[in-house]
Amino acid sequence: MTPHPAPETGPILGKLSLEALPLHEPILVVTFIGVVLGGIAVLGLITKFRLWGYLWTEWFTTVDHKRIGIMYMILGLIMFLRGFADAIMMRIQQAMAFGGSEGYLTPHHYDQVFTAHGVIMIFFVAMPFITGLMNYVVPLQIGARDVSFPFLNNFSFWMTTAGAVLTMISLFVGEYAQTGWLAYPPLSGIAYSPNVGVDYYIWGLQIAGVGTTLSGINLIVTILKLRAPGMGLMKMPVFTWTSLCANILIVASFPILTATLVLLTLDRYVGTNFFTNDLGGSPMMYVNLIWIWGHPEVYILVLPLFGVFSEVTSTFSGKRLFGYTSMVYATICITILSYLVWLHHFFTMGSGASVNSFFGITTMVISIPTGAKLFNWLFTMYRGRIRFELPMMWTVAFMLTFVIGGMTGVLLAVPPADFVLHNSLFLIAHFHNVIIGGVLFGLFAAINYWWPKAFGYKLDVFWGKVSFWCWVVGFWVAFTPLYILGLMGVTRRMRVFDDPSLQIWFVIAGIGALIVAAGIGAMLVQFAVSIWRRKELRDTSGGDPWDGRTLEWATSSPPPDYNFAFTPVIHDLDAWYDMKKRGHQRPVDGYRDIHMPSNTGTGIILSGFCLVMGFALVWHIWWLVALSFAATIVGAIYHTFNYKRDFDIPAATVTAVEEARTRQLAAGA
Amino acid sequence: MSRDPHAAAHAHEGPHEIEMPHASMRDYVIGFVLSVILTAIPFWLVMTMPLSAGATGAIIMGFAVVQIVVHMIFFLHMTPKAEGGWSLTSLIFTVIVVVIMLAGSLWVMHHLNTNMMPMPHEPTSQTVGTTTGQVP
Repeated sequence: MTPHPAPETGPILGKLSLEALPLHEPILVVTFIGVVLGGIAVLGLITKFRLWGYLWTEWFTTVDHKRIGIMYMILGLIMFLRGFADAIMMRIQQAMAFGGSEGYLTPHHYDQVFTAHGVIMIFFVAMPFITGLMNYVVPLQIGARDVSFPFLNNFSFWMTTAGAVLTMISLFVGEYAQTGWLAYPPLSGIAYSPNVGVDYYIWGLQIAGVGTTLSGINLIVTILKLRAPGMGLMKMPVFTWTSLCANILIVASFPILTATLVLLTLDRYVGTNFFTNDLGGSPMMYVNLIWIWGHPEVYILVLPLFGVFSEVTSTFSGKRLFGYTSMVYATICITILSYLVWLHHFFTMGSGASVNSFFGITTMVISIPTGAKLFNWLFTMYRGRIRFELPMMWTVAFMLTFVIGGMTGVLLAVPPADFVLHNSLFLIAHFHNVIIGGVLFGLFAAINYWWPKAFGYKLDVFWGKVSFWCWVVGFWVAFTPLYILGLMGVTRRMRVFDDPSLQIWFVIAGIGALIVAAGIGAMLVQFAVSIWRRKELRDTSGGDPWDGRTLEWATSSPPPDYNFAFTPVIHDLDAWYDMKKRGHQRPVDGYRDIHMPSNTGTGIILSGFCLVMGFALVWHIWWLVALSFAATIVGAIYHTFNYKRDFDIPAATVTAVEEARTRQLAAGA
Repeated sequence: MSRDPHAAAHAHEGPHEIEMPHASMRDYVIGFVLSVILTAIPFWLVMTMPLSAGATGAIIMGFAVVQIVVHMIFFLHMTPKAEGGWSLTSLIFTVIVVVIMLAGSLWVMHHLNTNMMPMPHEPTSQTVGTTTGQVP
């Protein structure tokens, strides 16, 4: 199917016209109707139960790191369902399109689906999930009352959401990029992608990138400046350490992505030739630059989860983490080394033997600190009293899955092997193996682990186990065939196939995807059942259901707005375990006023302006660009005159909250 | 956007209260004078051209590097002790990453350029207009 010729640009609506609505795509029309009906139902229910005021004052405008963390998780979950829908569509298409069949997706549609799947899963699923997790847990682990810049935190969240919304709008207004998730030029240049798809891609990522970078800065400052007294760097919990390193990577690498996309934007909007084939431009420079960001990005995603596995392994083995110091140094090594391996993503571009061998070797070197971490976890479990609760099950599944993904990665790090496997389904299987096996399994461990902290009741175990087994089995059924197909030379992003002998593998992979779908369904059921049965599942231990070791378990579940009535003093690694061991007595009087930041609607309003600006930029509606840009600047300046940005929680309120907890603890004991 | 209340809540924590180094008028004047000198000399070199182009370029680069250091010390107050050492640590990290990025990119692109297939040098007829026509 031919893409439409680029429409004329009008003064009022830019390139936007009724043509932009994909009325010729029945799948999109049906999806649109479904989204509209679902949306009306949700909005109607919110209105019926008069929740708008509650949502606005308690959630949308909140500067509480805990609520922002939960909102990030919800954003990640919603976008995950979208990204997974794309995955299922691809699996069905590839299982069908054999023996002359074209499948059910046109090339134009299919190319958007695989692009959207990659972009959404990385930027709007994995990133919000890990940012949400760090937001929620890090201040609690270091004994802080909030992050360093609470308003900035709210603003970061809404910028990320604005990027996600802009990406979702592309589904129904216009089209998305058909370029693959990194939008390599010259394909993504204006000559070969004259329509708005790539512009949606660029502006969605740029807007979300602002949020990501700012939240990275925020968390670094928080970790360095707001640790409880006594918590030296080498007494920080491992999750906080890995979060620190991940955020340093964010701050150091996201500007590269921003700059690269700006150059691509200039190529597309004002006719520069940075990445074209003409006038000295070099598309290869884009590939080089985007991977200088792209490889650290992989570690941004996985490092915090390495921290989660460390916390979970230590807690559920009832032991101090084996080799804490080596764990910290391994994390720092990975942080630095992650900047030295980017070329392994394009060995085949032809840099020659010396360059390729350098990057091949650095890639193999980076597996050493990762391997060290794995041994640390194994030695933590060794002779431990292991409790196979859900978080621990996910951790064991991670170890088994991730090791295989890591080994196929080392295979790919050998340049001659990569020449055979580059862009094959073997690569696809490899990175899904590490991202699902590492990042997603880690997130599921983390959600099961910290849910009781966030809501005060545990997640249902039965549905958790159903979800676990469906995910683990489904993952292997879905991706083992891709390894095999990749070794046979099948490349990625194919829409139709000629060789009928390959079909069986794609059918098996499709079945695997359906099993994973069952796992996702079971997880949603798990959440619903747990919310429904929250009274039975209530955590009666007074905030420490797993016999935890780090500081977040010292406070109540859910923690009060101010996290800790008194800032704890740290004497040892595993601070809470140390406090319990030394017979720590919770102070029950002498509360003082607690100074806290006030909520503000500025974050959501400014992000709304940015969303409008992004949409206007995509469609070349220049007057709206100018207007929304001015509004953003004026709004930001106006906010600086807001002097009512903090308040005191009176000591009486603190006393009431803490006495309620005292009674609860007495009842539970 | 910074939040004093939080700092207040943690005010009793001695080790976390890190003072900015005291910046005096004297520092700023020294920095300013050095910057002017370090800018004036390259300017003079370019205006009067007493040396060859290559030597001039090298000297300008050298002065630029010195100027960066002057700015960091006198204007940004980056001593090894500033912010408990974090200023220096983050500077070193930034320099490492930027050097890796620039040197790596130059190295990679140089090799890619060397290994390019020799291409017949067509007159640049491949304008945007004609390539648009090639879109399937």
